[in-house]
Amino acid sequence: MASVRVQREDFDPGAEAGALAHGRTDVGAVVSFIGYCRDEGGSLAALELEHYPGMAEEEVARAASEAEARWPLLGATVIHRYGRIAPGEQIVFVAVAAAHRGAAFAAAEMLMDYLKTRAPFWKRAIRSDGAVEGWIESKQEDDRSAARWSAAAD
Amino acid sequence: MKALYFAWVRERVGTAEEELDPPPTVKTVGDLIAWLRERGEGYALAFDKPAAVRAALDRVHARSGASIAGVKEVAFFPPMTGG
Repeated sequence: MASVRVQREDFDPGAEAGALAHGRTDVGAVVSFIGYCRDEGGSLAALELEHYPGMAEEEVARAASEAEARWPLLGATVIHRYGRIAPGEQIVFVAVAAAHRGAAFAAAEMLMDYLKTRAPFWKRAIRSDGAVEGWIESKQEDDRSAARWSAAAD
Repeated sequence: MKALYFAWVRERVGTAEEELDPPPTVKTVGDLIAWLRERGEGYALAFDKPAAVRAALDRVHARSGASIAGVKEVAFFPPMTGG
C-alpha cells in the first residue's frame, strides 16, 4: 500500500501529502514530515548521499509494512533522495494517512526513526572550499529513538 | 557470490563490487569478514573493527553469525546515516 521512491530529483511535499487524501472520504488525518539538508557551521557546500539501490527501496517498504501491521493506516508515501544535495534542499519525505491523527503521527515518527537507522543511505559532507569532509557518523541518539518502537512491541 | 561495498567500506576496499569465492570453511558473515581481512591492506583497514561494519545478505540486514549458504549477494557498509 505504501508508495516508496528513492530518487535523485526533488519532490513536491504539498502535492504528495494531498494525494494521500485526494478523492476519498475515509481519511481523517495526514501527517507529513520533510527532512532538509542543514548547514550547522556555515561551511557546508553540500551533502553527497550514497545508497544501496534495491535494498534501499526494499528496506523502506519493510518499515512501511511494519507500520501498516501496527496501526490502521490508509496510505503512506516515503521519498528519499540521493546524490548531491545543497543546504536548504529537501532530502526526505514521509507522509501517512489514517482515520485518526494518533496513528498517523506515530506511524510517521516510526518510519522516520527506521529510515535513519535501517535504510541503507550514507551521507558525506562536502565543504564550501571544495574539500570532502568525510562520512557523517551515525548517532546513538537515532538508535535509541528507533529502539523505542521495538521495545514497545514486546 | 557477488560482494558490494558502500561508503567508507567501499573506499577502503578500493572497489564497489566484486565476485567472491570463499572456501567452504567460511560459513557465516563473521567468517567472511575474517577471510576478507586477509585479502590485503585495504580490506584489513575496512574490517579493522568488524563491529563498526554492517552486513546485508540478499538485501536484508544480517548479523555476524548469519549463514552465508546459498546467498547470491552480500553487502558491507557503515552504520546508516540517511533520513
